[in-house]
Amino acid sequence: MYRETKWRARASALVTLASALALIAGATVAEAKDRKKKDEEAAEAPAFAAIKAGDPVFPSTYKPYPGVATAIRGATVYDGRGKRIENGVVFMSGGKIVAVGGPDTPIPADIAVFDGAGKFVTPGIIDIHSHLGNYPSPGVDAHGDGNEATAPTTPEVWAEHSVWPQDPGFSRALANGGITSLQILPGSANLMGGRSVTLKNVPARTMQGMKFPGAPYSMKMACGENPKRVYGDRGRMPSTRMGNLAVNRETWLAAIDYANDKKAKRDLAKETLVGVLKGEILIQNHCYRADEMALVLDMAKEMGYKVAAFHHAVEAYKIGDLLRENDVCAAIWADWYGFKMESYDGILENAAFLQREGACVVIHSDDANDIQRLNQEAAKAQAAGQRLGIDIPDATVIGWLTYNPAKAMGLETMTGSLETGKMADVVLWNGDPLSVYSRPEKVWIDGALMFDALNPKTRPVSDFELGQPGEGDVK
Amino acid sequence: MKRLLTLAASALALSAAAPAMAQDVTITNARVVIGDGSDPVEGGTVVVTGGKVVYAGPASGAPAGGGTPVDAKGAYVTPGIFATVTTLGLSDVSAVSETEDSRAAASPFSASLDAAAAINPVSQHILVHRAAGITRAGTTTAPTGSIFAGQGAIIDLDGDARPVVQPRAFQMVDLGENGARLAGGSRSAAHALLRAGLREAQALAGKTGTPQTTEIVKDDEVLLSRFDAEALVPVVTGKQKLYVAAERASDIRAALALKGEFASLDLVLVGAAEGWLVAGEIAAARVLVIAHGLNDLPETFEQLGATQSNAGRMMRAGVKVAINADSLQNPRRLQQVAGNLVALNRIPGAAGMSWGQAFAAISSVPAEISGMGGKAGVLKPGAFGDVVIWSEDPLEAGAVPTQVFIGGIRQDLTSHQSRLRDRYRTLDESQRPEAYDW
Repeated sequence: MYRETKWRARASALVTLASALALIAGATVAEAKDRKKKDEEAAEAPAFAAIKAGDPVFPSTYKPYPGVATAIRGATVYDGRGKRIENGVVFMSGGKIVAVGGPDTPIPADIAVFDGAGKFVTPGIIDIHSHLGNYPSPGVDAHGDGNEATAPTTPEVWAEHSVWPQDPGFSRALANGGITSLQILPGSANLMGGRSVTLKNVPARTMQGMKFPGAPYSMKMACGENPKRVYGDRGRMPSTRMGNLAVNRETWLAAIDYANDKKAKRDLAKETLVGVLKGEILIQNHCYRADEMALVLDMAKEMGYKVAAFHHAVEAYKIGDLLRENDVCAAIWADWYGFKMESYDGILENAAFLQREGACVVIHSDDANDIQRLNQEAAKAQAAGQRLGIDIPDATVIGWLTYNPAKAMGLETMTGSLETGKMADVVLWNGDPLSVYSRPEKVWIDGALMFDALNPKTRPVSDFELGQPGEGDVK
Repeated sequence: MKRLLTLAASALALSAAAPAMAQDVTITNARVVIGDGSDPVEGGTVVVTGGKVVYAGPASGAPAGGGTPVDAKGAYVTPGIFATVTTLGLSDVSAVSETEDSRAAASPFSASLDAAAAINPVSQHILVHRAAGITRAGTTTAPTGSIFAGQGAIIDLDGDARPVVQPRAFQMVDLGENGARLAGGSRSAAHALLRAGLREAQALAGKTGTPQTTEIVKDDEVLLSRFDAEALVPVVTGKQKLYVAAERASDIRAALALKGEFASLDLVLVGAAEGWLVAGEIAAARVLVIAHGLNDLPETFEQLGATQSNAGRMMRAGVKVAINADSLQNPRRLQQVAGNLVALNRIPGAAGMSWGQAFAAISSVPAEISGMGGKAGVLKPGAFGDVVIWSEDPLEAGAVPTQVFIGGIRQDLTSHQSRLRDRYRTLDESQRPEAYDW
């Protein structure tokens, strides 16, 4: 898509030079003036130009679906920020949370009211680390769109250009996991894998129809084994951890030069990196080992950016103090360990030890199955702490799946907690969400009821599933 | 040479070490789970004598038990969990190939691979899974170089010098997409190779025909060697179980049809993501199934119909179903998966399991499928004294054992993970670095 755009300084310089040459060629002053005027007019409106860098592209077309004013009464409510309300009321209208409180919270007479007795309400669950859409089901080679593993740094690629909205995994995450928002990241083959995209977990025909309006971008980075293996195996840099750091630092330095060069030609990769330096794009850094996280934090200080979260941080428990001091979240599994060398020291107590240090815990999936049970993974991590006398209240643990990921994704003013004015992203669970025996009963996204376990027709069926065995099944 | 001798010396030292003496234990005040599908018994007693269960049930009927008295204080007391289709003991770090004995893609051998020879009884995965309440497991090499995975063993997880309870307990063959690829690119190739192997084995067993095969090769790959064909003799004669990995409904039917050609086959289906679509046929064939617990995605074209209700629906149709550990992130999640199947009962349209059925699907049923019926995964007289006392309802996600007995012997639950946990209880290095905390 091209469109006319404004006059640019660099074009003008060329025109001036052309005029000067014309003068030397012997044209009259008047002719030269005339020509100069014409050229300048033409230069003011170049025939072809892209939208200005930084202006929204591939913009979200998501609009909240129609909802009715709804209240849930009599449920145990976790607000996502550490508060628990017994016999609580959650009232949503116009796509927003209107009120959250105790049994006396006033609600209008003429709205839909659900009896939440024996049930629980949480903010919509948020997965900070998903590959739904870019490694969709079926996982055939033709669908392998998550790693642009052709160069060790590819900040220019955007995960949103790989998202297939027909991935059946989205509906499983909604129905079984209560997932209302999720971040789709590029894979970890590259040191800098590209931009992430944050989605509302609504079925859509296009990625844009899911794109979370106003969510900042993140850039995926990766430490350790993957980049050095992928490129080392091809006999190119990086092949070691020191190579990883060297390539990263060279890339950041080049981005800083670019940022300081007002005349630099547009460069998609560097635009992403400069976005990070400006604090507009967050860093989500795949990093297992404690010592490597410490190196990254120093590199970030050297280059002048901030890490929002370390992902797959199986050794985060070794440096909970450092993570707290640097205000970095650790996005972790509850029990993955031992499948690769850098995951060898994974322990069940990771989250509890981080919480003990006052560091930010996020439970993530990286998996189309585990995204359906983040609540159970959190419960597992909580129980491990409890056995050591680290008692973490249920209401705090729910924050690991809601407010904390929202914060690490830059969404905390919009969603991630049940607070007045925020998006009405809400899950009604049929029991304690930290019990294996509970499931989402209803899920609202921006106040629209997008899943109801009691109504089979509210179960989204992707195009891929139509006419296949088990279409519309309970799954 | 020196290294070989050293190894031999340590092997001698291992075999000379006396096995730890079986203990007698009496556990009282327990919420006893028999493991056979029945409901838990409140205020129950479990008596283990000479390493075997002699009683499990209401306190009133308990014989005077001797040995170590254990007050369970109302906790759940269950048989040890039985994990099927694992690689426990065959791997340290799956992505570190030199530690990995479960894949032998470059080997000329397939069906003849024997997991028993490669088990490391003190692998960290064994220690971690023992601490998670798994006391016995089927463990096997995977189908990586051929459709035949090799011969799996039944092991216990007590970490002593003799992990193998039953060597060569089963052979596994992959008749799905993966098997088709390994056989040369088509399901028909996989079926042809399987039949070639089984017919050759019949001949070798002296049943029909004359053994012909020296080996079946394709390009520079050996698909089936004489040694492999010999390993299929116990399969074709029904002395060794044949685990068939198959997901698609039609693949399951094709597997069931094998019984028509090879009547003695003792078939077990593994995976069976679309088993619910042909549940009646599986039940009629009396074939047991080790099914995925929670797979509900069309991850491949062979499991388009995948649903979490698969196991429950098959069970309702009369199929005996155990939960497959192979499809889990790690086998210690078996109890969590079973809990999820219980949760399904509250979802309209879904088919779950009762609590007792779900626990049986990770204890007595997999034991029975593995040829350990009545011996493992169940607290009945004569069974192994594999008993677990739990921190909470064992099907809750966060449940872990507080005590584990294998063959009546109380197990040490220490592992690399527990030692890391102990070290990092605090980050205090004011006096000494963490390295001095051990």
